[in-house]
Amino acid sequence: MLVLALDTATPAVTAGVVELTDAGPVERSVRVTLDARKHAELLMPGVLAACAEAGVALRDVDAVVTGTGPGPFTGLRVGMVTAAALGDALDVPVHGVCSLDAIAADALAAAAALPGRLLVVTDARRREVYWALYDGALRDGDGAPRRVDGPHVEAPVTLAARAAALGAVAAAGASAAAVGLPEREPASPSPAGLVAVAAVALRSAERPGPLEPLYLRRPDAVEPGARKRVSAG
Amino acid sequence: MIVLGIETSCDETGVGVVRAEPGGAVTLLANEVASSVDEHARFGGVVPEVASRAHLQAMVPAVHRALATAGVTGRDVDAVAVTAGPGLTGALLVGVAAAKAYAAAWDVPLYGVNHLAAHVAVDTLQHGPLPPCLALLVSGGHSSLLDVPDIAGPVTPLGATIDDAAGEAFDKVARLLGLPFPGGPHIDRVARDGDRAAVAFPRGLTGPRDAPFDFSFSGLKTAVARHVEALERAGTTMPVADVAASFQEAVVDVLTAKAVRAARERGMDTLLLGGGVAANSRLREMAQERCAAAGVRLRVPRPGLCTDNGAMVAALGAHLVAAGAAPSSPELPADSSLPITEVLV
Ligand SMILES: [Zn+2]
Repeated sequence: MLVLALDTATPAVTAGVVELTDAGPVERSVRVTLDARKHAELLMPGVLAACAEAGVALRDVDAVVTGTGPGPFTGLRVGMVTAAALGDALDVPVHGVCSLDAIAADALAAAAALPGRLLVVTDARRREVYWALYDGALRDGDGAPRRVDGPHVEAPVTLAARAAALGAVAAAGASAAAVGLPEREPASPSPAGLVAVAAVALRSAERPGPLEPLYLRRPDAVEPGARKRVSAG
Repeated sequence: MIVLGIETSCDETGVGVVRAEPGGAVTLLANEVASSVDEHARFGGVVPEVASRAHLQAMVPAVHRALATAGVTGRDVDAVAVTAGPGLTGALLVGVAAAKAYAAAWDVPLYGVNHLAAHVAVDTLQHGPLPPCLALLVSGGHSSLLDVPDIAGPVTPLGATIDDAAGEAFDKVARLLGLPFPGGPHIDRVARDGDRAAVAFPRGLTGPRDAPFDFSFSGLKTAVARHVEALERAGTTMPVADVAASFQEAVVDVLTAKAVRAARERGMDTLLLGGGVAANSRLREMAQERCAAAGVRLRVPRPGLCTDNGAMVAALGAHLVAAGAAPSSPELPADSSLPITEVLV
């Protein structure tokens, strides 16, 4: 099964073609561009380049997987609406996965199982981080991680103070350094990691539900208060 | 040839479908609009993040409805056009990203177009080919006077608001009068029973030394606020209809006077009104009177085409394709302050 995987929940604009084989996800191509301000400009060119490198046309794709955050909203929406529109136009299912789960999948697949838990921490701006906590062992042969807490948004000092109590022994994600634990790669989700998280859903015949962005914050908006007077006195 | 247009510059998720005939005529097949206006009402204005979230939810369903209404499938679409700016960045990005994805998946060209030029182009869907014209575009986001020699070519800006957009002034005054958001339709409605001459509100930027084609509505808004406060201090019951009618008259007087004057000075025999405020009944009425007196033909699209929508974007896209314009790059950016001189990005 050929899967197009996208993620724009971090400054990395990620696109790749992944073959989901019986033995798990195998990356056929990856395009990553780092630019937190140009997700919309870079994503579709990245998708097309990834398809070209893998030697596949968009219409050959059997499914789309996209990170649903948490991540800075404007960039996050670019990946999600791109995935939704591609799935609609190509008439293939679109699976949303938590972007932190995909980082955990990569971090836990890259090295031996952890003797404890893994924190995944990414930049939420406004001096906060997004985080989630994972069991140190992967769940299945596809490399899906087991999330035990989160995702949340919080100040990094608060999270760092609780890291030991949470049972965390390592951290991954672009803001991993904020919690003072041994760090693991990666900083952002890979196409294979995204597909690993979605593998069970991809293999089932069930149509995925609607994509739900993990905003974790309400929009900044205040209801107007009492009218300001313009007349003097 | 079928063109699909996507518009997300403010709080309307618009998807339109048009057919370009070989002779150059463009016909409307579908115009689906999902508005998040109700979600903004309690904030008294459009909240960009709320609008962007709504666009993400509404985008694919709106494309579905538009294609179904048009009686076509994605395979029938020959080009995709999208508003590249001006507008709210986060909102624009949802439409631009979606348009790129649809264009790539259908393997058709993408055209990133100017929102203001699209407000002009939409009139061809109702009234046919557009001669060189003077366009007055007024909405919650813009107030512009444009010289449009050709709908697919460069546009010359003659003037614009130096502070509030006309629609913004309607929203703010509506709030002063205890009327709901968006203010335009409510003021229009209550003003019908009011005396337009009840209060002599100021006409901004109409002095002999003022820029002839720029607008200013901030002073007018303050004048209405002072008037309302004076009435409150005096304990008088507020004559809402009279204040609304007098305010509306001041806005409409300045807009139409400047537009007709610009048309005459530029030697244009056609004036086109567009944007959400062009749905205002008093604006249409006074523009009609003044155009008739000046020997200028007035063109105003029906209200559903005046407010932001996807059909206007599709219409401009169709005219650009017909004019042989080169498609936009897959790296097309969204530009919140895209100048009107750039009709195609
Ligand atoms: Zn508009």
